[in-house]
Amino acid sequence: MPKRTDLRRILIIGSGPIVIGQACEFDYSGTQACKALRAEGYEVVLVNSNPATIMTDPDLADRTYIEPLTVAAVGLIIARERPDALLPTVGGQTGLNLAVELAEAGLLDKYGVELIGAKLPAVKIAEDRRLFKRAMQDIGLEVPRSDFAGTLSEAEDVLELVGLPAVIRPSFTLGGSGGGIAYNAEEFREIVRHGLALSPIHEVLIEESVIGWKEFELEVMRDLSDNVVVICSIENFDPMGVHTGDSITVAPAQTLTDREYQALRDAAIQIIRKVGVETGGSNIQFAVNAENGRIVVIEMNPRVSRSSALASKATGYPIAKIAAKLAVGYTLAEIPNDITRKTPASFEPTLDYVVVKIPKWAFEKFPGANSTLGTQMKSVGEVMAIGRTFKEAFQKALRSLETGKTLAAQKIDPEKLRENLVSPSPDRLGYIRYALADGMAIDELYELTRIDRWFLQQFKEIVDMGNLVRRYSLATAPHEVIRQAKQYGFSDLRLMQLFNENGTAAAVTEDDVRQARQAAGIRPIFKRIDTCSSEFESYTPYFYSTYESECEAAPTDRKKIIILGSGPNRIGQGIEFDYCCCHAAFALKEAGYETIMVNCNPETISTDYDTSDRLYFEPLTVEDVLAIVAVEKPDGVIVQFGGQTPLNLALRLQKAGVPIIGTSPQSIDLAEDRKRFGKLLARLGIPQPKHGTARSVGEARKVARQIGYPVLIRPSYVLGGRAMVIAYDDSALEAYVNSAVEAAPNHPILIDKFLEDAFEYDVDALCDGRQVVIGAIMEHIEEAGIHSGDSSCVLPPIQVEEKYLDVMRKYTRQLGLALKVRGLMNVQYAMKDGVVYVLEVNPRASRTVPFVSKATGVPLAKIAACLMVGQTLRDFPVHQELAVRSCCVKTPVFPFIKFPGVDTLLGPEMRSTGEVMGIADDFGSAFAKAQISAGTFLPERGTVFISVNDYDKKNAIAIARDLADMGFSLVATKGTCQALLASGIAAETIYKVNEGRPHVVDWLKSNKLHLVINTPLGRRSFYDEGAIRRAATQYAVPCITTLSAARAAVTGMAALRKHQLTVCSLQEYHERLVRNGDLSGLASNKGMGIAKQNRER
Amino acid sequence: MTKALLALEDGTLFTGRSLGATGEAAGEVVFNTSLTGYQEILTDPSYAGQIVVMTYPHIGNYGVNSEDGESSRPYAQGLIVREASAIASNWRSEETLQSYMERHSLVGLSGIDTRALVRRLRDQGAMRGIIGAGDTAPEQLIEKARSIPTMAGLDLAKTVTCRERYGWRRTAGTPPARYRIVAYDFGIKQNIMRQLCRMGCDIWVVPAQTPADEVLAINPDGVVLSNGPGDPEPVTYAIENVKRLLGRKPLLGICLGHQILGLALGGRTYKLKFGHHGGNHPVQNLRTGKVEITAQNHGFAVDPNSLNLNQVEITHMNLNDQTVEGLRHRALPAFSVQYHPEAAPGPHDSNYLFQEFMASLP
Repeated sequence: MPKRTDLRRILIIGSGPIVIGQACEFDYSGTQACKALRAEGYEVVLVNSNPATIMTDPDLADRTYIEPLTVAAVGLIIARERPDALLPTVGGQTGLNLAVELAEAGLLDKYGVELIGAKLPAVKIAEDRRLFKRAMQDIGLEVPRSDFAGTLSEAEDVLELVGLPAVIRPSFTLGGSGGGIAYNAEEFREIVRHGLALSPIHEVLIEESVIGWKEFELEVMRDLSDNVVVICSIENFDPMGVHTGDSITVAPAQTLTDREYQALRDAAIQIIRKVGVETGGSNIQFAVNAENGRIVVIEMNPRVSRSSALASKATGYPIAKIAAKLAVGYTLAEIPNDITRKTPASFEPTLDYVVVKIPKWAFEKFPGANSTLGTQMKSVGEVMAIGRTFKEAFQKALRSLETGKTLAAQKIDPEKLRENLVSPSPDRLGYIRYALADGMAIDELYELTRIDRWFLQQFKEIVDMGNLVRRYSLATAPHEVIRQAKQYGFSDLRLMQLFNENGTAAAVTEDDVRQARQAAGIRPIFKRIDTCSSEFESYTPYFYSTYESECEAAPTDRKKIIILGSGPNRIGQGIEFDYCCCHAAFALKEAGYETIMVNCNPETISTDYDTSDRLYFEPLTVEDVLAIVAVEKPDGVIVQFGGQTPLNLALRLQKAGVPIIGTSPQSIDLAEDRKRFGKLLARLGIPQPKHGTARSVGEARKVARQIGYPVLIRPSYVLGGRAMVIAYDDSALEAYVNSAVEAAPNHPILIDKFLEDAFEYDVDALCDGRQVVIGAIMEHIEEAGIHSGDSSCVLPPIQVEEKYLDVMRKYTRQLGLALKVRGLMNVQYAMKDGVVYVLEVNPRASRTVPFVSKATGVPLAKIAACLMVGQTLRDFPVHQELAVRSCCVKTPVFPFIKFPGVDTLLGPEMRSTGEVMGIADDFGSAFAKAQISAGTFLPERGTVFISVNDYDKKNAIAIARDLADMGFSLVATKGTCQALLASGIAAETIYKVNEGRPHVVDWLKSNKLHLVINTPLGRRSFYDEGAIRRAATQYAVPCITTLSAARAAVTGMAALRKHQLTVCSLQEYHERLVRNGDLSGLASNKGMGIAKQNRER
Repeated sequence: MTKALLALEDGTLFTGRSLGATGEAAGEVVFNTSLTGYQEILTDPSYAGQIVVMTYPHIGNYGVNSEDGESSRPYAQGLIVREASAIASNWRSEETLQSYMERHSLVGLSGIDTRALVRRLRDQGAMRGIIGAGDTAPEQLIEKARSIPTMAGLDLAKTVTCRERYGWRRTAGTPPARYRIVAYDFGIKQNIMRQLCRMGCDIWVVPAQTPADEVLAINPDGVVLSNGPGDPEPVTYAIENVKRLLGRKPLLGICLGHQILGLALGGRTYKLKFGHHGGNHPVQNLRTGKVEITAQNHGFAVDPNSLNLNQVEITHMNLNDQTVEGLRHRALPAFSVQYHPEAAPGPHDSNYLFQEFMASLP
């Protein structure tokens, strides 16, 4: 069937901020859908609240709305844009849920918007477990025994039916939030209670446990002519019981005979037909009993998913792109396979390699969180690796994770070992390795872990190979052993460790291993991902490395640039950096270079084979990058856009002769070296907070007293504010230093004066070595002490005098020139008592680059990429400083709901996973929009709880007065209440948790509070405050922990009360900039196409 | 671990490790892109005279069992894999691939760059080759490879067919027989019988050279022309028998059986460059427009230009290379497909063809 001609304009809903369970895979799918639909001539209207996405670049849609993903906001967009259709299947669960809500609110009918891809009834069947179960029974498929409960006593009745252990899943929560596995009655009641509270419809599903069964996923595509194909099978290494997002997964399935695989395939096809997903991709999960092969259906996602992103990267079959084309009427047979060109998309990819995905967790950021893995997803990112064997792919994936863990040699107590093998956690792999090295039999290991024996056998072979290598030194190791170890995926670094453990020869370095290996002719070659196991010729240069005979890289002799990506998403390094890498690829491609991307994160757009000219899906280590450089011989390598990951490689790559372009690694190093950087600042006359370095408790105490408390302490190597604390006295300082010295004895501890109550500013700027252009000065809403990534910020600043901004501009220019920056730089300033201090300078792309680009209409990263290849700022129509003609607020989003029991208080350690943007004409509205987008619904009426420390009382009074004037009732703890009453503000006293009942947490639990303002009182009442904040998180009551944020919230609430929020597209905002002459030389709608324009000039 | 070599007729050598039985194995080297189903592939008589390279690198993971064979023994001459599993992990497994191959004296090779080999076969076409274990002189192996008879012109059906006719034993749980079917065994896969049995057929399997009269004497409701190895053109006896059966009994041809029907209808066949061997080939049913994902295993194909389209309808087409995948006589009850509706291994999308065959029976 040809494409539909009755549709003209299509609305796509994105997935909002990056949260656990929903990451940049939906930017990937949404972007593919936008591109595919526009290529077919449709107009695309896009809405997403996440500014760090490629899909919200204004040149990817005809109209781009960075607005809250709510019925109200999207309803306004529909009324304004009148789309003919809505594609609900590419924006994750958020997009799908919102589409359902819009349909149920009658808005789609009212404006005649057709759901394409999946119709409402199909979504309902797939999403509603009751309907799904019935549907499965209709087609003769089994599901685990289960029933629903709306109350605890109903739940106990269901438990009779299913028995313990039982799986509890709250209805309609994201990524299985609030679910769990109960092994005893007490645990059962606890999880049910939590689940009922979290479920928006107060319902949980209680299910027969299939824990320990084998778990498989099939990615299925269907077209309007009812053709169905299976794109990829995925086998979970971790058996049932661990959320698939937290499981190591492998493609294709490894341990099923053809009969068993075909039974799953037949079931998957029946399911997609029965559920009635008309077109596009669906993900179907099965559990298979390893003892007898019994199959039960677990669930179906009637949309593209995290697994379909993985499957797309694993096979080379672009599921989201094809799904978008199917949704507008094409059949699979009408769509060509991009990779082979000659064959159609109506086939099933076949692999001649193995793909392994390993999740990345961030438990170190959430002390007190339970790190046992279960049915609720907890990982923040993932890596994928490709190898010719499982062993190779697995070991490549491990090194892609950048955990930096070295293997501990100490003996593990057998009891502890067994416990850790039985209970899945991020560390289980280490225990499995230990058990195998210790001689545990595979059968015993299987009984404990229920991980398929085949996988355990592969591990055993890796361990055995390690033992074999350890028998030699580098000098004595036979080439055949080294070659085989490389085929097993051992890195040079790991080989170095093994040779050195042998101890018979002098210690060698990683470079020694590499040189010896290369001298022996043992080098990786590159093979192509081609969807067809080389049955047909492939035209897409998508590569992975392996140690075999034939290299298919076929490098060109064009001018070429390699861009190093940012690896797995983690807190502190996420989608923003992938955004910058993609922009570098787009800009350099336009500028006539061949672009080559290296990355290992399957969720990203950078690892889409369409983004760059050539894609190497490889770990970001010195070894792997050098191998690519050796084959490609690039004219330049960019390390500036991928966050800390490529920066960490820069110096070593440069030493190995790799042409790093942009700001020199020496400058990057200078900015990170406190001593040298301090000297530079002194020379430039730029103030910085007093600071010192210590290697012992005694030294630390001396330094702290010298510069004066409070102080900010951290280890010398920091990622995303990792392990940073503020100490107010000796005892806190000592406790920290003791543990830090113990953890890393060789690294000094950095101690800075903490500028209490200072305001912080982030400045992004471009520099070509001769000139600096300020991208934006952003004002943090939270005061100093809260990690910049965790602080809301506003652009342009709202409360600072111009003269201080001038100081920041001056310093930024000085620093850019002094550091000889070529490309992007980010400077963090603090301002206290009229003095502007430099906190840090990062001569690289920062987290805020996409936000600033959306606000200013100028693609900073693209310009930066062009500067790196020798263009100058004068080649671009940007001068001095970029303009903003709206108010833009960026607000972080936190994963606290996934970690019950963890305190939500913000601090210098970054803990947010993502961000949203609110744009409006006034600060209040922009802030309110950002809050709504972040899931914080500021109340328009109701009761506000206030409890602030003495220090904050004075300032809290003004805020309380505004709240009272708006008609809010106020309740407060005793001290705060007295202060309010004394100022003539009506308020009621409420008990603290330890003062009697009903106390504040009781109030929260009975939904009597609508906003919590609680600033920390210090150590003593820590428990009490933690309980309040945790309860607020659990009951979804907005909880504000700083007065500056409270002030902003009050402004936002006033705006919400004053007028209805309106919506406006990014293109219209940018049009405004054009009208004002801010973007002269830049066409607004094609604002991002700057490099091309420049070339044409 | 014993060293082993693959020598191709073009002089290419691949050095790896011996797998299964030691010794030499000679044949046409073909690649199969199925991710699963190595046991079915090895036991498919259509692979007689061929050495199979599996493109998926891990083979043997789930072992071998006594249920999934397509015949009583391996027919492939040899097996080439990137990595053979040391253990078998599956609840139905009875032995490892290694031990199965040893037991059946099947020679194999592992540890070579199978993708490089496959790319060579793709670019140069299927080639004769020989696996030699131990310290065989490479030059000698290459010479031997060049002396292997080429597949074109080779009637292999007669070497793999059953010696005498037999009745397929019905398994418990199958419906009572409504039809009697005769299946010509040109190298028949057991799943064809299992499928027919499940649809209520009594099946008589007869040797490839059985004259049409003998088949008619059994008085079947329909006749199946099975899959099988080799070139269809020299199987003249079968072509003649099919001509005689045409119009007298409903016919279903599968794979080699399809080619034989094509030849009986006056068409010609030709050798494909490297054939179709895998489980992911899209085939369009030209009558319904629907696409089925099919299991395929053939090195020859029916030339569409050789067919009298007034008499014969082309019903199915391969969407990858537009080759003929199915035929139907416009007037008489006879149809055939180039691929494997019985799957094993492969997708079950084409199972409906057995129902169509049932519907064509009187």
